[in-house]
Amino acid sequence: MQDLENTEAQRAQRHNGIVVVGVGNDFRQDDAAGLIAARRLRDCGILAEEHQGDFATLMETWKDAGSLILIDAIAPGRVPGAMYRLNASTSALDRQVFNTSTHAFGLADVIELSRTLGTLPPRVLVFGIEAKNLAVGVGLSPEVEASLPELVKEVMVCVLTQSGVPSVPLW
Amino acid sequence: MRTRTINVNYLARVEGESAMLVRIRNGRVAEVKLKIFEPPRFFEAFLRGRSYLEAPDITARICGICPIAYQMSAVHAMEDALGVMVPKPIRELRRLIYCGEWIESHALHIFMLHAPDFLGYPDAIRMAKDHPRIVQQGLELKKLGNEIISFLGGRAIHPINVRVGGFYRTPTRMEFGPLSERLKRGRDVCREAVQWTRTLPMREYPRDYEFVALQHPGEYAMNEGRIVSNRALNITAREYDAHFEEQQVPYSNALHSMIKGRGTYLTGPLARYNLNLGLLPAPVREAAREAGLGETCLNPFQSIVVRALEMFYAFEEAIRIIEAYDPPETPSIDYETHAGTGYAATEAPRGTLYHRYSIDDRGIIQDAKIVPPTSQNQKMIENDLREYVTPRVDIPIDQLRAECEQVIRNYDPCISCATHFLKIEIEREA
Repeated sequence: MQDLENTEAQRAQRHNGIVVVGVGNDFRQDDAAGLIAARRLRDCGILAEEHQGDFATLMETWKDAGSLILIDAIAPGRVPGAMYRLNASTSALDRQVFNTSTHAFGLADVIELSRTLGTLPPRVLVFGIEAKNLAVGVGLSPEVEASLPELVKEVMVCVLTQSGVPSVPLW
Repeated sequence: MRTRTINVNYLARVEGESAMLVRIRNGRVAEVKLKIFEPPRFFEAFLRGRSYLEAPDITARICGICPIAYQMSAVHAMEDALGVMVPKPIRELRRLIYCGEWIESHALHIFMLHAPDFLGYPDAIRMAKDHPRIVQQGLELKKLGNEIISFLGGRAIHPINVRVGGFYRTPTRMEFGPLSERLKRGRDVCREAVQWTRTLPMREYPRDYEFVALQHPGEYAMNEGRIVSNRALNITAREYDAHFEEQQVPYSNALHSMIKGRGTYLTGPLARYNLNLGLLPAPVREAAREAGLGETCLNPFQSIVVRALEMFYAFEEAIRIIEAYDPPETPSIDYETHAGTGYAATEAPRGTLYHRYSIDDRGIIQDAKIVPPTSQNQKMIENDLREYVTPRVDIPIDQLRAECEQVIRNYDPCISCATHFLKIEIEREA
């Protein structure tokens, strides 16, 4: 894996205001997927923040961003580990799908609150990975773990393309 | 027989999972049950066999909204067991971190969860379309509360810097940097917010509560004091179990707390205000008077005004503590571990939080008891609903459902803490 630390890609990401945030909880099994994705993205030289989901400080992470990429686990019920890429730039996410948060402020609500207050960046892409298990505990399910490399790759391609450095070898 | 049924399968803007049943038969309220079905979380059992040092960090995991309350009750109970008295600078820093939690928790409830009820919005997002400045202010205040917790606790959610005997690390005076100035701006915004809550459409609903809260001479109690009530209760935390009992009810995973021989009581901002108003500093009492609060406040709907007032107080107190800060010689004091039982009650944003631990001579926890404020208020929520619905049994069902939800949110209940949400069923039978 090429080390992209302080490379053209990171500078371009900063210059273009591309903010990447992985959201989740390390102690709720598959809910940690967004956090782990952020860690792996950083290992690949992408600037990516981890966030526990508190809505007020989460909104701060994309203040002044031009493009926002969010990664979060989504509610189980269909295919565990399935990856979803959703454009939330102009339309709301399904509140029933992104509902795992305290006090009924899930990721869908935070995005809509930010849109209402005029603080949402013009481009918002949400990568969701379907959880299998959100009970108390640590470690991802095999299904989510198996899908995570593909999700990380997709986010990298997206960041590098939007940063204008698509020629960087990724893997 | 005429039956009317209202079902709310998922009441938003309450932390945790629960249901409410209101059954109306022949125009009378026949049954009210707050059914908490969030699974039991077994924290008291997890704690057995763990080191006493772990209790503050393990119990902080009970709640993402009020982790400091859990840390404070746990650390003070352990210090009670070990006979540890922390020096004043440590005591002040603990009060400061509690101010942070009161600010962030009250700001969340006032602006994002409770205010939409008063203004007729289904949620804060819809409210923000018409009242963006108010919601922005709420977010700013909440962030300042989070900032205090992050600064002293290491992080905003489940902080990790509190330990038995003090802190793992204490800040230098320099490290506070511009925090005090930011808090002063927040205090001004908060003072406006107190007056804004006065403008909210307010239902008249005076209640005859037994209020229970901590009381401490010379300060509005947070971390220590005697447990007192307006009906002559005046005890130490060590006497809690002799005066309070928990009852199991078949329909709820949370225990109901009662005062032995008397029954239900209310804990939280309204209780604190009514028992400790005289201990608030003059600017806060002045803000209370301007907000239309009298010497007593018996209307649970006005809890939103009292929460705003307490938030204003927490800003005042945080600024006072920072400006007078004299760093401790060491972040924590030395002590010897020995067997014992310790007791503590502190004031979580939503009410009194009681902890009791027994440890052996190696400091291993043998027994733990935790009584969160929502457990204590659970029965009173049912009483409030019964009394509220009784004269209103014939109003349109959607309106009654919305008003019942507001009655519940007066308490800022934290169901996750109590199980140890909210689905409301109102059945009308005639």
